[in-house]
Amino acid sequence: MVEAKDIKSSDEIAWCPGCGNFGILNAVKKSVAKLGRDLKDILFVSGIGQAAKLPHYIRCNCFNGLHGRALPVAVAAKIANRKLTVVITTGDGDCYGEGGNHFIHNIRRNLDITLIVHDNQIYGLTKGQASPTTDPGYQTKFQPEGVIEEPLYPLEMAIALGAGFVARGYAGDYEHLSWLILEGIKHKGFALIDVLQPCVSFNKKNTFEWYSKSIYKVNDDGSYNPEDKMLAFQKSCEWGDRIPIGIIYQVEKKTFEEKTGLEGRIPLVDEQIENIDICGLLREDFT
Amino acid sequence: MNMNNELTIKIAGEAGQGMQTVGGALCHVFKDSGFYIFANQDYMSRIRGGNNFFQIRISNKQLYTLRQKSDIVVALDNKSVDMHRKDISKEGIVILDKKRFNITGEDSAFFDIPMYHMAKEIGGDEKFVNSVACGFLAEMTGVDFRYVDKVLRTAFSDKKKDIIEKNIEAARAGYDFSINNFKKDIFKIKKGDAKDTLLMTAIDAVGLGAIKAGCKFYSAYPMTPATNLTNIMAHYAKRFNMVVEQAEDEIAAVNMVIGASFTGVRSMTGTSGGGFALMAEGLSLAGMTETPIVIYEGQRPGPATGFPTRTEQGDLDFLISAGHGEFARLIFSPGSIEEAFYLTVKAFNMAEKYQIPVIIMSDQHLADSYRNVEIFDPDSIKVQRYIVSKEESKNVKNYKRYQITESGISPRAIPSWIEDPIYADSDEHTEEGHITEDAWIRTMMVEKRFYKKMAGLSGEIEKPKVFDVEGADCVLIGFGSTYGVLSEMKDSIPDKNIGYIHLPQVWPFPASDMIELLKGAKKIIVVENNAGAQLARLLKRETGIKATRSLLKFDGRPFNVDLLIQQIGQEI
Ligand SMILES: Cc1ncc(C[n+]2csc(CCOP(=O)(O)OP(=O)(O)O)c2C)c(N)n1
Ligand code: SF4
Repeated sequence: MVEAKDIKSSDEIAWCPGCGNFGILNAVKKSVAKLGRDLKDILFVSGIGQAAKLPHYIRCNCFNGLHGRALPVAVAAKIANRKLTVVITTGDGDCYGEGGNHFIHNIRRNLDITLIVHDNQIYGLTKGQASPTTDPGYQTKFQPEGVIEEPLYPLEMAIALGAGFVARGYAGDYEHLSWLILEGIKHKGFALIDVLQPCVSFNKKNTFEWYSKSIYKVNDDGSYNPEDKMLAFQKSCEWGDRIPIGIIYQVEKKTFEEKTGLEGRIPLVDEQIENIDICGLLREDFT
Repeated sequence: MNMNNELTIKIAGEAGQGMQTVGGALCHVFKDSGFYIFANQDYMSRIRGGNNFFQIRISNKQLYTLRQKSDIVVALDNKSVDMHRKDISKEGIVILDKKRFNITGEDSAFFDIPMYHMAKEIGGDEKFVNSVACGFLAEMTGVDFRYVDKVLRTAFSDKKKDIIEKNIEAARAGYDFSINNFKKDIFKIKKGDAKDTLLMTAIDAVGLGAIKAGCKFYSAYPMTPATNLTNIMAHYAKRFNMVVEQAEDEIAAVNMVIGASFTGVRSMTGTSGGGFALMAEGLSLAGMTETPIVIYEGQRPGPATGFPTRTEQGDLDFLISAGHGEFARLIFSPGSIEEAFYLTVKAFNMAEKYQIPVIIMSDQHLADSYRNVEIFDPDSIKVQRYIVSKEESKNVKNYKRYQITESGISPRAIPSWIEDPIYADSDEHTEEGHITEDAWIRTMMVEKRFYKKMAGLSGEIEKPKVFDVEGADCVLIGFGSTYGVLSEMKDSIPDKNIGYIHLPQVWPFPASDMIELLKGAKKIIVVENNAGAQLARLLKRETGIKATRSLLKFDGRPFNVDLLIQQIGQEI
């Protein structure tokens, strides 16, 4: 049985002290430990940004690719070896900005993967430009007059697109977050966990203090039904005075693996390829 | 014409009139009755209207290219008559339906057939006109009707029985019309022994090569002329247990291929120049993470969207340099259907051996042209794996994905097969795969990814194909699809002391071979389907050898043998 301490890698962590990413890292470690899988059967895929460094800090397989491009790598890795547990760690800029198109279409694809978005509502690694989720009016060096665009609402968007598991976590509540991540991994199909992550260096608005006043756990209320789509939309709109975290929406849907029949077959990676016979095909179809 | 023992037939009409169906069926009719063929389509980027044509050249010996003029033009609409009348050979004819097209004028080349009327009588529907045409073309060229019967049954096998029968009846009517009305024998040429050959396009061959090589994941975004590769892969996906997925864009396609390959599965994508432009970022990622990938790039004329359905070889410079940063890559430029097959299998082997991106560069002309090929031996090229096998994985300790080695190639383990975790990174990284900014490691890694791998690749270059170059007055050089036209041109003017070289691989450039081959060459002419003389410039850059002249064609159409003979004739 792996424990959280075994999951730590030897790589030195390059985040600012006090960053919300540490909370997410700890939660990830705990959920991986609880998952009870061999670490060699877990793959973390990331793009670029502070969030995307996370896979280096744990002892699981890691593919740290390009800005915005974690999802295509991850889904194909899952297709190639469906026995891998595939988790993506990405930033709000990485996933909803540069990677927006992949976000949309991989929800539609519905592979059994888990997407953790470290949503600090800012670009951390490039030093504080607005991200698609930055609150309107927030001033940065790139937006000296304040952000004028409407923010993108990841939870509403994911529900509208038909994601089967849509959750919001908070980097400041590591127990709750690790539970969410575990639920996300256990969910069969695409799971989104948008994690509120204070960036202590560049986001002076959405801080730990700011969140601590408004966050509440939606699933604590026994009457909350995560299968109710309209209710889920309502919850995902709440922002500011009251911010719900937890599993906002969850329904079962057929996965890509089921629809393509991958599920019943040996993983593609285990197929013998040295002696594929195409002679029959040549005669049948090309003579 | 009989003396030539060959014919060129063109079927012309509007998009949507079914030229491709009848053309494709005729290819099989001719092949089954023993002819060698070379056929392709000239089509506009529209689904209805315009003017498209399907051309088939038939002979009793292997063919590799097209001719300038046609001997028989079948005009399916009025517009095609004028358009193609001027391009017929001396004894050539235009088959048309005068009444239907409201043509009253006399022309000795016109051969009037009430094909629309005949089609309507049989089927109540003009769609059968293609089958009528198929029938009389078969009779005029001396083909037995049983071949038409057989091919049409196969071609329409997914249709209802009465539709099949009506098509055959229509073909029979066309056949009989020819017996009764077309009394000349001039188009009845000698047949060859092509019955047992295969009939395919280069893009079919690329698909078959990929399947043979063990490709299990193919992802692409549609773009002409690479879409046919997707169609083939999708067609055989079930049978060979492959996953073929339509990506949301080319950026996703190439990143998916990288993801699947990292996980241990042979993977491929296919696109054209515009899509490849989007893949440049991913190409660089494959270079940095040392992930083997295979990309098929079917060139079409650019810049931007260019001529969507036509041909060019304008992306050579781009493919050689695409992607930011410096890393090793390999680019094949097959010139024939056979080469397309073998080089595709090799592309997968080499990608895996060197852990690099390999590009198969083709163009619309080669990709879409049908030709007979001798039944090739799929087993003559071995599928070789260069990974740490499942067995071997058990003994690996302290695995380092980017271990520095003499050859620049680190053992490539597969996630979940070995106990240790694997770290791959797009940032500069240590041997373990963790991000670093260390100057010394950076130097070692660049040497590994670039110098050492390029050195290894240079040791196993796909050799230039060389024909009569020694002592030649003039040496022609080409790559990709010009191989066919160069070889036929040479056969057609045996009295001239000409040699030629075809390059099936353009990167790494076979510099030392070319220096050796061109030593003492009197005249060097580079033949390419682009405006910038890109191959000639590459030759100069890599060898210092300056071509005497470049023959360039960049009107979106392929070279044909007559045109080339004429141009070469002016040169020497
Ligand atoms: C193609 C490309 N464009 C831009 C960048 C520069 N870049 C690096 S990280 C980043 C933004 C990351 O923001 P986010 O995803 O919110 O992650 P965070 O650092 O806040 O965790 C950008 C724009 C890049 N690496 N690649
Ligand atoms: S810049 Fe912000 S997100 Fe990045 S490590 Fe520092 S605090 Fe964390």
